[in-house]
Amino acid sequence: MTSVDAAVTRLAREEGGHVLALLAARFGDLDLADEAVQDALVRAVETWPARGVPDDPAAWLYRVAHNTAVDRLRRAASAARRLADAAPDLVREPDEPEEVPIVEHSAVGDEQLRLMLLCCHPALDRDAQVALTLRLVGGLTTDEIAAAFLVPEATLAQRIVRAKRKIRGARIPLTIPADLGDRIGALLTVLYLIFNEGYLARGSADEALRTELADQAIRLTATAADLLDGDPEAGGLLALELYHRARMATRLDAAGDLVLLEHQDRTRWDLAMIGRADRALRASLETGDAPGPYRLQALIAAEHAHAATAADTDWTRIARLYDLLLQWTPSAVVALNRAVAIAMADGPRAGLAALDAIPGLDGYHLRHATAGELLLRAGEPVRAVAAFERALPLTANAAERRHLQRRLAEARARTAADPGGPAQDGLAH
Amino acid sequence: MEYMLILAADAETNATMSVLGEPGFAEQIARWVDFNRSLIAEGSFIAGGRLQDVETATTVTFDDGATSLTDGPFAETKELFGGYYVIHAADLDAALAIAKRVPFTDGVVEVRPLLARTADDGSISPSV
Repeated sequence: MTSVDAAVTRLAREEGGHVLALLAARFGDLDLADEAVQDALVRAVETWPARGVPDDPAAWLYRVAHNTAVDRLRRAASAARRLADAAPDLVREPDEPEEVPIVEHSAVGDEQLRLMLLCCHPALDRDAQVALTLRLVGGLTTDEIAAAFLVPEATLAQRIVRAKRKIRGARIPLTIPADLGDRIGALLTVLYLIFNEGYLARGSADEALRTELADQAIRLTATAADLLDGDPEAGGLLALELYHRARMATRLDAAGDLVLLEHQDRTRWDLAMIGRADRALRASLETGDAPGPYRLQALIAAEHAHAATAADTDWTRIARLYDLLLQWTPSAVVALNRAVAIAMADGPRAGLAALDAIPGLDGYHLRHATAGELLLRAGEPVRAVAAFERALPLTANAAERRHLQRRLAEARARTAADPGGPAQDGLAH
Repeated sequence: MEYMLILAADAETNATMSVLGEPGFAEQIARWVDFNRSLIAEGSFIAGGRLQDVETATTVTFDDGATSLTDGPFAETKELFGGYYVIHAADLDAALAIAKRVPFTDGVVEVRPLLARTADDGSISPSV
């Protein structure tokens, strides 16, 4: 990538969404604003190598995109006029396009929040919300989004076209509704999904792209938290993303295998990033209301981030935070994490009891893998073998299968050394 | 902008709707009349009505210009099309807000923008 290409990419990611939001609001036309920004970015790639990168690239982008939009409106009006001249009975004479004055580009605020809320409108399906947010607010190209989400580019392009057609056809408004409650929830869900797609080592998208996606999610969440004027859950989500991002470099080993939290090299965690997360979390807790799901998850992540070693982790406090999280998000996966925290705080038997109390997890490999680990710790390798054997066929992920196979071998080795009593003995002893 | 609200419910829900003379009928009708009056009062109402049961449907099928008749609705689905409104609304958010006021306990409402509408003189004009 040349330095000009890099400058244009950075401009698209950091300023593309601002400029698009401003133009969409000024002209009341999302497609027009999108095309104008794309045209301006192409112009930058074409002209900057010879003329050099402008002193204020953002102001340049806004001015060029604005002029492009006005040109497009004029061309559309004159085409419509020619049609009206040719068939005056059928087509009404078009109105002159309104003169839209250039306004200082940095005066962005509500416009960007309106664009975010539009992209995450509940009338669009979740996949479309994610794609639109990254494309229009995040300034990513269609092929970058397709690569990050491991879907064919044509599928993703179609998804975006369809969503834009619905926005225009059904007239989904670019406004901030009076009742923001549900809409903020959808926006935060989309931002967290984008972050997780970058953070979780699923699939085969390359690491640089994943890091970029996680960083873009953090940038967008910070903007949303700012525009939502201190919405505490938006602040909580920002803190949560920053805590995860701080340890992102240590979550895979050289072979690309997942490294569990307890084995990560804590000296390589990003302390400055943890500090930023702490500040965001502290600010989000100042409202004094009961923390919602994002703040609770951030509080849990903070406990891990501040434990000097895995053994220093305050698992009793984490188990209590999971109790609270379970009230907001009564999902089996949260209950599973709670059982792990209880096992770490009160021993494997307490954890196994909590695990057995969760219904509906029989088809979930992590439930059986967790049971296997706790049974090993409880000195019951025979039952641990059975648990790992149940977990294996339930996951297709290569890294997870390798991990389970290693654990199964370990459990079998211990069976030979110390079977830990008859296998059918159950939990009685 | 004009939107159609397509009201549907499954057969079981339809079967529990009160009929004339049964207890609860008057209350049920009153809720719909209130809803209709509110649409008219705020200027959103264009048209609307409840359909007779799906057993009364006849479907005309066009195939390469030739027509044939079938006894029944055009699509066999769990949800049965039972009524409709055509409304004015500023945008989708306003239309959805109206759709959420439909006095249903169970059922679905599909909200679709009209592309064009037939005026009183039979001409076709865009939905604005």
